[in-house]
Amino acid sequence: MLSPKVQALFDEPGCDKNQAKDEKARKKGCSKPLTPGAAAGGCAFDGAKIVLQPITDAAHLIHAPLACEGNSWDNRGAASSGPMLWRTSFTTDLTELDVVMGQGERKLWKAIREIVEAHAPPAIFVYETCVTALIGDDIDAVCRHASEKFETAVIPVHAAGFVGSKNLGNKLAGEALLDHVIGTHEPDDVGDYDVNILGEFNLAGEFWLVKPLLDELGIRVRACVPGDARFLDVASAHTAKATMMVCSTALINLARKMEERWDIPFFEGSFYGVADTSEALRQLANLLVRRGADPELIDRTEALIAREEKIVWEKLEAFRPRLQGKRVLLNTGGVKSWSVASALMEIGVEIVGTSVKKSTDEDKERIKQILEDEHRMFEGMAPRDLYALLERHDADIMLSGGRTQFVALKAKMPWLDINQERHLPYAGYDGMVELVRQIDLAIHNPIWAQVREPSPFDEAGRIVGESVIGRTAPARTPVDEVAVARAANDAVPTHTLKKFAGSGAGDADDC
Amino acid sequence: MTTILPVDKSASVNPLKSSQPLGAAFAYLGVDGCVPLFHGSQGCTSFALVLFVRHFKETIPLQTTAMDEVATIMGGADHLEEAILNLKNRTKPKLIGIATTALVETRGEDFAGDLAIIKARRAEALAGTEVVLADTPDFNGGIEEGWSKAVVAMIAGITARVSARRNPRRVAILPGFDLTVADIEEIRDMVEAFGLEATILPDVSGALDGTVPGKWIPTTYGGTKVEDIRTLGECVHCLAIGEGQRAAAEKLAEVADVPYTLFGTLTGLKAVDRFVTALAEISGQPVPASLRRRRSQLADALLDGHFHFSGKKIAIAAEPDHLYRLATFFAGMGAEVAAAVTTTGSSPILKKVPTDEVKVGDLGDLERLAVGCDLIVTHSHGRQAAEHLDIPLFRVGFPIFDRLGMQHRAHVGYRGTRDLIFEVSNLFQAQRHDPTPEGLNPLTKRENAHVSRPETVARAH
Repeated sequence: MLSPKVQALFDEPGCDKNQAKDEKARKKGCSKPLTPGAAAGGCAFDGAKIVLQPITDAAHLIHAPLACEGNSWDNRGAASSGPMLWRTSFTTDLTELDVVMGQGERKLWKAIREIVEAHAPPAIFVYETCVTALIGDDIDAVCRHASEKFETAVIPVHAAGFVGSKNLGNKLAGEALLDHVIGTHEPDDVGDYDVNILGEFNLAGEFWLVKPLLDELGIRVRACVPGDARFLDVASAHTAKATMMVCSTALINLARKMEERWDIPFFEGSFYGVADTSEALRQLANLLVRRGADPELIDRTEALIAREEKIVWEKLEAFRPRLQGKRVLLNTGGVKSWSVASALMEIGVEIVGTSVKKSTDEDKERIKQILEDEHRMFEGMAPRDLYALLERHDADIMLSGGRTQFVALKAKMPWLDINQERHLPYAGYDGMVELVRQIDLAIHNPIWAQVREPSPFDEAGRIVGESVIGRTAPARTPVDEVAVARAANDAVPTHTLKKFAGSGAGDADDC
Repeated sequence: MTTILPVDKSASVNPLKSSQPLGAAFAYLGVDGCVPLFHGSQGCTSFALVLFVRHFKETIPLQTTAMDEVATIMGGADHLEEAILNLKNRTKPKLIGIATTALVETRGEDFAGDLAIIKARRAEALAGTEVVLADTPDFNGGIEEGWSKAVVAMIAGITARVSARRNPRRVAILPGFDLTVADIEEIRDMVEAFGLEATILPDVSGALDGTVPGKWIPTTYGGTKVEDIRTLGECVHCLAIGEGQRAAAEKLAEVADVPYTLFGTLTGLKAVDRFVTALAEISGQPVPASLRRRRSQLADALLDGHFHFSGKKIAIAAEPDHLYRLATFFAGMGAEVAAAVTTTGSSPILKKVPTDEVKVGDLGDLERLAVGCDLIVTHSHGRQAAEHLDIPLFRVGFPIFDRLGMQHRAHVGYRGTRDLIFEVSNLFQAQRHDPTPEGLNPLTKRENAHVSRPETVARAH
């Protein structure tokens, strides 16, 4: 039943990367096929939950044995300005008996009823998972019935883990919103300045660094999906005049279908970096004017951009003396790395490499122009190679997702989290300043000198550093000359190479 | 170079200091079979006693010469003699450690002369009990200075002048008052890992480690043996921990020609490396694998923990050596020592505290200077400042009376530094506040505040 839907998702006219493929390649989907024994990263259920869960006033019920939710809940830093129900974890926690006796549907029904009675949320998202898909629980029927009986929106999400990657799950979540949520509520306060922001997760509350700028321009965010979203806002998203799509690979199908269905134009943009933030504001204003807003919006937007850029460059300039000539390795696919790269280079930072694993051809072209050297682009890197690169200290800091954190740290390399687990906001103009401040702090932390300095003892525990008590120690143990010669040749390796599971070091750094 | 700002006011507000005789008594409490004796009025003893009990949750043997009005006018030598004899008869201590107080010091007597006369006259009665005296008026110094003077007094008074022989496996360790029971145990553990034998003076790990002896003992039970103090000159080397221990180390060198090495701190990777290197040199043994493993664990803790320290502002109030130890630790983790307050301004170590200014002052100064900081680091009395400023308090030093188990936290050595990183990181993580739109709004700090668009209906409630 899901198969045609998945196949349809693989044909994405809104995606230039997808359209560049031939018919056969397109059928295989966006993600590379998973290699058993060498796969890393999340499943489709993971991806679906990531996209929907930040809808803050809804309950999210995972119909599964414990692992799917029990091992993954409360693990992301999206922020809410109000309801906190989204952070409460609900799962049917199926037991062997439930599975054998076919009690899954009954348990799901009861679970929905308990949540309605205890929390009365405006909506409950019910997630199908591998086991519940396999045993054939009719989740659609349970949800439909529960919606009527409890007068609450109960939405089935079909993204069992085995259907594919996290990225596919992102898109399947978008489909669930299209099928069951968007367009189900008609607000009475529709305006010419209403926009949707899709694929913005409000990690660490970073969208709140941008929203005041939109407020000042008189642009209202009808629905930010999913960051800090309310269910009714998402249900009303079809009334917006324009859409900005932030994390392109995650919800492009949603943006395109909303354009088809409700005639809402969209553009792909980013709030990371100075140039991208300005460009995003500009595009939003242009689209709104095209849809009937007063053209003076464009002038006001340009004025705001000029004002904010002046301020942000002044703030960034203050870091130049400390960061001039520092070498940054950008190892991420999630954010549009070229914009961050260009802002960093503007204050004298050198970009020694950037991953283009998830970048479009257009992005690659822009990166090539900025870096003036295409050899600095790389497509993902095995952890072992990454470790070797970092250990040579060919960079001063690596910016990446949590997955490669410990590759960097074990190589004694400063590291900064710029993906979903982080606790600091990097969006917008002020977010760029925060990012640069954090780079400065990380690079200049005094622990690097401490941990990089060779141990004063060799591998046999003999002292190789300076004397402390200021005299020759009495009665030293006889020295093994061969070992001494070997130690001298080895230049004191103070750590051993570790093997890391998984294939590509950046594989899990999706949106 | 760090600037040291002297006290600049008359009213001390929320004192940081504990008194000098208390510091001396603290040191005496680390000796086995000892009763510390305050030469002063009974109130001096009572306050110190209560503070010790609150801190250690133990019965503390601490006596007083109970100077009264007549003795204060006529002279206190009789009270001193009577107190010593009474203590000898009633508690049969191995050591009576006398600390003078401001009362008798203001009066000004020749205590050393009096004591010499008493010891000579009562030699028979006092057989088997050492009596030493430290001049520790309350109006000078603080706990660190008092501790130092008591250790000097014990070495000067007890350690044999002529050393019969050197024991190449025996080292003397002189720790500061700021080292806990667990710190001492960690140090002993490191020393013994090299096959060396440590004589630690004083050794609070034996006396104040919170055990249940099963019978009533009127003196300290556990700690440095008086006999070991007597033979301290046999040690092949002395390792002094903290600038405050330099005087005692030099006294030992003077008395018995024992060379010493001074360590400003044993907290932090490089500091411990120095200590371990010294032990390896003294013993001639390689660094054991267990210590090297702990070193590697500490390196990893530095890597994992530094995220929580980077850019944080720390306000520290502590005695000079302890301040130096804490400040170098926090600065070494990437934090900024934004406020540093200490008790006394004479220690040369203050010039090495990694901060711009060290204020000699009190917790009132700390509260003034800690505005905008992320963490206050001081003893339990810092809780008022922490509450007023809504800044978390990390309790260290003396006294800690509102938390249990503080004596069993080690913050020295590879393992102790590792645990310190974790404790502070966890304190920071526990303070995490969820971000809010108001808190992040970049425009609120600017002049051009504006009127927002009305919220959507879904957000109105």
